Amino acid sequence: MIVAVNVHLKKGVLDPQGKAVHHALETLGFKDINGVRVGKQILLDIDTEDKEKAIALAKKAADELLANPVIENYEIEVK
Amino acid sequence: MKVTVIVFPGTNCDRDTKWAFEKIGANVEYVWHNEHDLKNPDLVVLPGGFSYGDYLRSGAIARFSPVMQEVKEFANKGGFVLGICNGFQILLESHLLPGGMTRNENLHFISKFHHLKVIDNKNKFLQNLNVGDIVNIPIAHAEGNYKVDDETLKKMYDNGQVILKYCDKDGNELNPNGSVDAIAGICNEQKNVFGLMPHPERAMESLLGGSDGIKMIEGFMK
Repeated sequence: MIVAVNVHLKKGVLDPQGKAVHHALETLGFKDINGVRVGKQILLDIDTEDKEKAIALAKKAADELLANPVIENYEIEVK
Repeated sequence: MKVTVIVFPGTNCDRDTKWAFEKIGANVEYVWHNEHDLKNPDLVVLPGGFSYGDYLRSGAIARFSPVMQEVKEFANKGGFVLGICNGFQILLESHLLPGGMTRNENLHFISKFHHLKVIDNKNKFLQNLNVGDIVNIPIAHAEGNYKVDDETLKKMYDNGQVILKYCDKDGNELNPNGSVDAIAGICNEQKNVFGLMPHPERAMESLLGGSDGIKMIEGFMK
């Protein structure tokens, strides 16, 4: 089962990459985009068909390594 | 004094760091990331570089190396630990120091001399300097934008854990990377674990641009 962990900088933390991408989009003429946040998606191939088990495992991996709780939030998504 | 310099795959300031501490009279040993014996040091230094290619987040993978389990235990027993640049990032990821690092506000890798102001000297590292002293030390990083929540930051100020800030040559705040309050260096509550983004080991010889790093790292010799 493929489980995605989507990691983003927390709301209050300035995202300089997102800002630069936003600026580039504006330059290209995308006027209706209010803001951009850049995160990362980490795909875990988990050896189980049990959805709850997979989510619990992905959550544990995110808490221990994949996200830094000081500056980042994450969401888990089953693919 | 015995100093152990930890070497991870991707560390690149290990030789400068060894040379700097030998220059002030220390006996320096290297310890490789998958070793468990710290060789009984008085000080452990985590040098700069790109440990494990900076994959995931700077310092995030190094935290799980065998040697870091020993460094954590050494620090928890009161042993002195200094993290420079990537070493600082590793100490943050290992939760030996509070806060975290994000990309520099301008997204650039910044490599230049920068002035720093001593904010607190009631610790072993900066005991040779006075509060308000200004030193000129090279910085070289892409992720030095220090972040910490307000509550922790207040506690750090109250406890003298904010030890260095970026400034101009006259001591006015000048922030190269967007760090909270222009913070360049901190220590833990027990004042035995230190982290800073600037490289004192690169400021050891006036012929090479400056020697302000000497009086900083010499604090560990007392």
